[in-house]
Formats: sequence, structure tokens, C-alpha cells
Amino acid sequence: MERRVNYENDLNLMATELRLGLPGCGDDEPQRKTNPSIRNNKRTAPEISEVSSSESSSSITMSGSDDQDSPPPAKEQVVGWPPIRSYRKNCLQSSKRNEVEGMGMYVKVSVDGAPYLRKIDLKVYRSYPQLLKALENMFKLTIGAYSKREGYNGSDYAPTYEDKDGDWMLVGDVPWEMFISSCKRLRIMKGSEARGLGC
Amino acid sequence: MPKRLAYSLPDEVLEHVFSFIQSDKDRNVVSAVCKSWYEIERWCRRKIFVGNCYAVSPKMVIRRFPQVRSIELKGKPHFADFNLVPDGWGGYVLPWITEMAGAYPWLDEIRLKRMVVTDESLELIAKSFKDFKVLVLASCEGFSTDGLAALAASCKNLRELDLRESEVDDSSVHWLSHFPETYTSMVSLNISCLGSGEVSFSALERLVSRCPNLRSLKLNRAVPLDKTANILRLAPQLVEFGTCTYSAELRSDVFSNLAGAFSNCKELRSLSGFWDVVPDYLPAIYSVCSRLTSLNLSYATIQSPDLIMLVSHCPSLQRLLVLDYIEDSGLEALASNCKDLQELRVFPSDPFDAEPNASLTEQGLVAVSLGCPKLQSVLYFCRRMSNAALVTIAQNRPNLTRFRLCIIEPNTADYLTGEPFDVGFGAIVEHCKDLIRLSLSGLLTDCVFEYIGKYAKKLEMLSVAFAGDSDLGLHHVLSGCESLRKLEIRDCPFGDEALLTNAAKLETMRSLWMSSCSVSFEACKLLTQKMPRLNVE
Repeated sequence: MERRVNYENDLNLMATELRLGLPGCGDDEPQRKTNPSIRNNKRTAPEISEVSSSESSSSITMSGSDDQDSPPPAKEQVVGWPPIRSYRKNCLQSSKRNEVEGMGMYVKVSVDGAPYLRKIDLKVYRSYPQLLKALENMFKLTIGAYSKREGYNGSDYAPTYEDKDGDWMLVGDVPWEMFISSCKRLRIMKGSEARGLGC
Repeated sequence: MPKRLAYSLPDEVLEHVFSFIQSDKDRNVVSAVCKSWYEIERWCRRKIFVGNCYAVSPKMVIRRFPQVRSIELKGKPHFADFNLVPDGWGGYVLPWITEMAGAYPWLDEIRLKRMVVTDESLELIAKSFKDFKVLVLASCEGFSTDGLAALAASCKNLRELDLRESEVDDSSVHWLSHFPETYTSMVSLNISCLGSGEVSFSALERLVSRCPNLRSLKLNRAVPLDKTANILRLAPQLVEFGTCTYSAELRSDVFSNLAGAFSNCKELRSLSGFWDVVPDYLPAIYSVCSRLTSLNLSYATIQSPDLIMLVSHCPSLQRLLVLDYIEDSGLEALASNCKDLQELRVFPSDPFDAEPNASLTEQGLVAVSLGCPKLQSVLYFCRRMSNAALVTIAQNRPNLTRFRLCIIEPNTADYLTGEPFDVGFGAIVEHCKDLIRLSLSGLLTDCVFEYIGKYAKKLEMLSVAFAGDSDLGLHHVLSGCESLRKLEIRDCPFGDEALLTNAAKLETMRSLWMSSCSVSFEACKLLTQKMPRLNVE
């Protein structure tokens, strides 16, 4: 089979070198493509099959200590790791999409001093004023007006939200669409506590 | 003169005795006793299992076993689930169907896993086997609803159609409507993997209403929640039910209708589905929870408090699949409520995010290992682990038979000591003497393989990734694990020497997969020369 002959010519001793760490750590490791099939009922010889994102591998392996000082950059994924079936991966991804696009987008709302939390569907609202009004109605409180400079200064309460990164942000700073896609939960803080957020 | 003829039992008697022997292993042993037993056995074997479809040709199977009624075939290796096997690798079922169509007119069961099934194959099945009853396509691909339509139209006695996790192309044919009005035989229908266009709800309703023996029904996502109640009312005898998308605008009439329908289902023992769950609808299932033995919430993106509430209603639970949203607190609740738990699988909700988005650590698993005395099977994705926890788990649960741990970041060390997990996994294999399946992860040296080779005598399947220092690791496993059947390895520094030294071992195994290791092409060629009966690629 021609394919095997090619392999012999390309035989790369680096590939048989024993080493620790993920593939692609050495700079001169050649890129090998995953083998396409050659005919119907026979299979090619994938005894060494490629991990396609070899650059990313080197960023994960070499040592733990560097990575722990700062949050790791969004890294490319290693092929087939973690071992999750494509079926499940697709479901997870479409769940995420649904949260933003199609289905209801329920987030928890807590109010300082209230005995229990509520949930609201953010998809139901089209703008900040609508959302704030609904919150005012739901919890029987006043939130007041938002201003870019002062936040909700002067109000009894200030609405805040937890975003995807886990940070607590003041509601109203970013465009509405961006808010909906990053808001994970809401917390209505007492005005006195919220003073600091306005500046 | 041999006494054999004088003292042997008549063939019919032997055949009758053999009919009580169902397991493949036992049957194989029976057939090895003597020539006449081999002959009798091969004519009365009705079920065949071929774990690797390339291990034997269909012609050979047919030649030896001429009267088979049920066949199970597996194609691609397990790592194909994770995109490690290139497209076009193989696992085509058509050659098998073609041969069996001629040789086994009374074949009534076909079970396939990770095989490529075309519409042509399905049409051939529909045409060739008059009494066809059971088709299970697990993680298969290559067919469309056209093929399903052919089956629906022709197989009058079809009892089971299970498409679990297969990829089905939508050909826009309303295949469910192809079941004739006279068809009433369905017992188990799993269409959970189908996309939105592929199921006509009214056809489904009519089908369910005329199949009184329907025991297991798993719907796909596209069926709206408010229709679920209709289905349940038509089939209150269901034992297993897979919901559709479990979300809708919260309306009290829909809720009470759903709750009422569930409460009618006195036989219901297993629930799954639950995509896109709206937590407010969960209480609708409370009436059946006390009887539930199996619950698959692994697609349900609900948070820990809702999950805790749910599991606290299910004291009879034996099997739970769930996302890491359950968190340690939820697993602690599980441990105190569900004393019959045998199997736990915890999947990651956000596997590609560097930071954990749920408070799930090794503590949850330790709690379950302590609280659930019948726990046998574990699949656990987490982001941190310690040797101490693994040792505790091993000591708590020596009855574990399947232990698959996936620490999400490769090469993660023990978060308490910075050590590799050799000692932890070593404890698992040492204490859990009946362990048959093990998946390793985290930072691991050759030591762990030494432990595995030394203790894991009943281990049949081992999965290894990003582990080990040298060939010794592979050598320990191949030389020590007496019962090993399947070994899959990726990204480990294992190479030629261990492979060639243990070449004879390979013939006792079903399959060995090595990718991104240090095996050379030359070694593979040598291997084929040394072991000509091995299929090496």
C-alpha cells in the first residue's frame, strides 16, 4: 500500500523519543495529518494518530507553577479531551445557545433582607427600564434612576448582577443585549451598601 | 474400543441441556469439550456476540453457527466517541447484513454499537427478516429517517427500536407514520437522539395509543412539554420514560395536567431526558419519585438546590446520572438519602472552561462512597482530587467494579501534596478486588502501572491518558493484568519494547488502542510478523 511506503520515508525518530508531557512540546515535531481513509472496508494505519492542537498542548504541560499565577488564557482544546461524547457536547452547546436565544432565561434574584429568592425570565424584557420596573413591582421597592456617572445614587436600592466571570456589576452599564448574555444572577443591594458602586 | 458411543447421551438431550446455557463464555467452554459437543452446540447456538467486528468474517460466523437468531456486533473502538478515530475508519454493517440476509432468515434481533449503518442496510433488514423483533443502534451513524421508514413499514413484529445516541440524518420523511394502523407490537422505543424535524407528534400519539405493551418510551427534545401529559395518559403502564424538552412557560394548567399524568404511572421506575429543565416543573414528577430506581438528569442544567430537592424524594434510587451542578452538597444529600445507589455518573457542565463553574470537588465523591454501601460503578468528572480522597474511597467501597475518574485538566497533581496519583489509584486497585473497569487521569508515573499490574487481576478494561514515564508502564499492565481485554491509551510515552515483549498477550485481548504514543511503524510491522493472527493497523 502506497501509504505505508510514505510512512517509511517520513519515519521520524523524534516520534519514538521517550518523554514526559503532551505531544507538541518539541518545536521541531512535524505536523502529521490524521489519515483519511483509502478504501471502503480497509482502514489506514493510525498507530500514531495526530493530536491536532499541538501548540496548545505545550501551553498546558510544561509546568504547573506558571499557570497558577495568572488565570490561564482561553486555550485551544486537546482533541478528544476531556472524554465527552460528541452527542453530549452538542447538547451542552445547544443548551447554552437556547439559554440566550430560544428558551426562557431564568435567573435568580435576591434582595438584601428578603427571606427567600425569586426567579425571573430575562427574555420577557426588552430594556432596562422594563426590567427595573418589574423588579420594583415584584419586591415592592424603589430603585430609582440610573445615571452613568452616579449609578443609582440616591435610591433606596441598587440592582447588581453577577456576570460570567463571577464579578458583581452594576445593572445598566453595558448594552442590554450584552447584559442578557452575561447575567447569571441578580442581587438588589440596599442603597447604603451600594454607595461605593456609583463612583 | 472407546466407551464413548456406549455412554453418550442422545443429541436431543444434550441440546436440551445446552439450551439452559446462555452465556457466551459458557457456551464456548461447552463447545471445547469434545467434537460431538462442538457439533451439537454450534447447531443450537442462537445468540452471537462479536465484540470487534473485524475479529471474524461474517462468512465464518455463519459457517460455524448456522441457526442464529440474535446477533450483537461492535465496531469502532471506544475512543471513537471522543473524535480520536478518523472518519471512514470502518465498522460498516452492510457486509454482515448482506451475508445474514441469505443465511439467517429467522434472525430477529440485531444489536449494533459504534457501527456505520446505512439506509441500504436498514432496508435490507426490513426486507430479509420476516420475524424481525429487536433493533438496537447504539452510537451508530450513517442512516436517515428513510431507513427507519422502511423498518416501520415492513416489520410487523418489531418490538424494540432503540436508537440511543446515534446520529440520524433527517430526510424529512414522516417515518413514524409508516407504521401501519395494524401495527401494535411496540414494547420499547427510544428516539431521544432525533432532531426536531424528525418526529410527527400526532403519529407518535397514535402509535402509543395502539401499543398496549409499550414499556419503555424515550422521546426526543422536540416534543413540547404540554403534550407529554397526553402521551403519559395513553401509556400509564410505562416503566421507563424519557421526557422531551422539560421547559415551557409556567402555567398552572399545564403543570397540574402533567402532575396528574405522572401520578397515573404506577409502574414508572426510570426517568431520563430533562433537557432545558424549568425547575418549577420538576415537582410534577414527585408522585413517581419514591419508586424511581433510575434517574438521568445529565442534560438538566438545574442548580444544586433543585437537584437536592429532587433526590431527597427518591429513596429507592439505584442509578443517577447528573451534571456537576449537583455540587458536593448535593452529593452529600444523595449519600444520606439514597442508600440503594449502585451507579453514579457526574458529568461536567462546562468542561472547556478553565475555571470551575460549580462547587464540585473530591469531597462529593468521598461522601457518596461513605454513605452508599452498594455503590459499584462510578464515572466522575472533577477538577481537583487528592490521594487521600482516593484512598478513603477505596477503603470505603471495596465493592467497586467500575471506577472512571476524569480530572479535567491533564497532568493535574494531588492538590494537597502536589504528588502524582499513583498511591491513590494504587489503593483503588488494591482494595477493589473485583474491579473490571478503570479509567485513570491526573498526574501519574510508571508506579501506578506497577500497582495495576500487581493488583488488578480482574481488570478487563483500562483507559489511560497523559500518564506514565516510560515503556515500563505499559509492560506492567500487559504482563500483570490477567483478565485484560481492552486497553486504550493516548498521549503516553509507551513504545515498541513493551509492545513487542508482550505480543503474545495481545492475542488474549479484544483490542488495544494507542494514539500519540511512542510506537513506531517498524514495531507494528514486526508485530504483524510475530503474531500473524492479529489485526494490526
